[in-house]
Amino acid sequence: MVHWLKRITSTLLALAVTFSTGAVYAQGTIKVMYTDPLSGPFAQVGDQNLQQFKYIIDYINGRGGALGRKFELVSFDNKSQPSEALLALKAATDQNIPVIMQCSGSNIAAALIEGVDKHNERNPTNRIVYVNCGAVATELTNEKCSFWHFRMDAHVGMKAETMVRALPKDVTKVYLLNQDYLFGQSVQRDMKAFLTKLRPDVKVVGDELIPLGKVKDFSPYVTKIKASGAQALITGNWGPDMTLLIKAGMDSGLDIRYYTMYAHLGGGATAIGPAGNGKVRSVMAFHENIAVETGKTDTEGWTRQFRAQHDFDFYAAGFRTIFEFLQAAMNKAGSADPLKFAQALEGLTITDMLGYQVTMRKPDHQILSEYFVGVFTKGVKYDSEKTGLGWKTETTVLPKDLDQPNTCNMKRPTS
Amino acid sequence: MEVLLVSLLNGLVYGMLLFMLASGLTLIFSMMGVLNFAHASMYMLGAYFAFSVSRVIGFWPALVVAPVLCGGLGALIEMYALRRVHKNGHIAELLFTVGLAFIIEKSVQMAWGLLPVAYRVPAVLDRPLFHVYGSNFHAYRGFMLLVSAVMFGLIWLLLTRTRIGLVIQAALTHPDMVGALGHNVPRVFTIVFAGGSALAGLAGVIGGNYLVTEPSMAVTMGPIVFVVVVFGGLGSLAGCFIASLIMGLVQTFAVVLDVSFADLLAHLGLKVTSATPLAEFLTIPLPRVGALLPYLMLILVLLLKPRGLMGTRDT
Repeated sequence: MVHWLKRITSTLLALAVTFSTGAVYAQGTIKVMYTDPLSGPFAQVGDQNLQQFKYIIDYINGRGGALGRKFELVSFDNKSQPSEALLALKAATDQNIPVIMQCSGSNIAAALIEGVDKHNERNPTNRIVYVNCGAVATELTNEKCSFWHFRMDAHVGMKAETMVRALPKDVTKVYLLNQDYLFGQSVQRDMKAFLTKLRPDVKVVGDELIPLGKVKDFSPYVTKIKASGAQALITGNWGPDMTLLIKAGMDSGLDIRYYTMYAHLGGGATAIGPAGNGKVRSVMAFHENIAVETGKTDTEGWTRQFRAQHDFDFYAAGFRTIFEFLQAAMNKAGSADPLKFAQALEGLTITDMLGYQVTMRKPDHQILSEYFVGVFTKGVKYDSEKTGLGWKTETTVLPKDLDQPNTCNMKRPTS
Repeated sequence: MEVLLVSLLNGLVYGMLLFMLASGLTLIFSMMGVLNFAHASMYMLGAYFAFSVSRVIGFWPALVVAPVLCGGLGALIEMYALRRVHKNGHIAELLFTVGLAFIIEKSVQMAWGLLPVAYRVPAVLDRPLFHVYGSNFHAYRGFMLLVSAVMFGLIWLLLTRTRIGLVIQAALTHPDMVGALGHNVPRVFTIVFAGGSALAGLAGVIGGNYLVTEPSMAVTMGPIVFVVVVFGGLGSLAGCFIASLIMGLVQTFAVVLDVSFADLLAHLGLKVTSATPLAEFLTIPLPRVGALLPYLMLILVLLLKPRGLMGTRDT
């Protein structure tokens, strides 16, 4: 009896090994490893990203995928920890996956850049490319840049410049309020730099750093902002720090313009509510009404279909750009080999789903794409989070306007 | 002057919200000696129940129904779970409440989703009550003050003027003696646990639409409530009240007072430049560390007066 059991087990094991090593020689799918927090306080971020990725990959595969093969997403929960993200990297390289993607947390991104560099140097036959879908600290494509890292979202410096360009001429007093960590301090620094450069007439009447995620009652801050006489509040806050700040401002009747970086993401529209009509602006890569404004009906239909199938609004146009870049680069290189398609990807220009020409800059692997400042208002076709109000474009900044200088000095592999 | 008055009001409102949340925990902690990690979860459940109930029958009935639901849930937890775990000691009870907090958080995420829900202030209260130097004092904040004051008054009356209240008071400081005198201490425990949970639920109903109602609200409110309870002292509701107000005012005034150690030293004639040792630490403005002050005060009180401000029992 035991003898038979051993026979069967070893047969099954042999079969399992055969099929799992198939990945090395696969003419099957092109796998992409995606790691982000899928549990814990930021689970919502990872989860919503995942759902949008799945929708996008279905679309791309429907258009032939790359090299005649389909893309397949493999997800790995990194629990917002750099150490877990490195485990994701290991899991990816163990399966010979050519691409790893990550969006949330510049500290995690920095760890991944270093990890990928080391791995690729030691394992030239099993390399991997790191696609950064949202970690925006400016340093990652400057001091910390790497050939194997491609950033697919505008960094803090670019977002700050977009915001400064959107400030109307009659606003001369601004109040800065940010979260007290790497990203928030980066916003603070870049905002002041761009204000000095592009709008020297504007005076910063208040400059505040708040502890990350700790403040529940923003009314004292609102009191200070009012006392300073500021006409605009500029903040990079996200999550509860953003929603509570806006709520406190609305409740106390603060007569001010809000310029944010993340009010268009989850929870923002609900927090602003109908009272915020015309008051809150956000810097964003996409909102569902842009396609309506520019008349791109196919894109509008595509995001509308997503809306119908999910309980949140589509915001990740940049993710579709990622896969369109991967598709174009792999087809151009004729291979899914990381070195070959990375070389094809840098310097590549494609047209994104909103009709703009986006470029992957060669010197620092930073994407150059269009950016928008939207205002939260009534009377738009697609509302956000069922509030009846939605985003309307107020300012469009073209890719060439965001072509900022960089200090990257990357080592290029030759083979 | 304007900033002082407005900040006083802000601090008062925030302090009263803390009190609503902490009063239930003080009663539970004082009585049962166990730190109930799931107390803030009851706060969260109160907010979510009120959100769902108010969509069906309106906010005002929800104001009564949601705390009752939380109280009922608390009673069930106490009778069928906590009582059994009680035999195994304080650590076991503590771990049980920690596990309970996780389960409640996950259940809320599964039932209502990961995004914040649109639990709004009722329209009749969504307006300015009066103007203070140009900013509005929102009517809902006045309502919060009213509810917490009434609640404090009712609890005080219950504890000092009713028989069950006297038994509870005695059990707060001498539970073994009360049991020896023949009172049904387990039933008192259940009543207190249910009552505490209902209070937390009420705080959730009131606070959930003032702040944001989302699955992480228990985790963010939890720590500050523990600080208030320990700072105020075990066994004393008055101590809890004073501690809540102190914490509320400290956190509020820390934000508006833009001073640092360097400014203090400048008054004494010592100038702090970038070359001074510890210059970075000395020039930190108070608003930047304001949120840490309650925890600093907690450490101080545990070092200097471990029983808390007005505590009558050891932890």
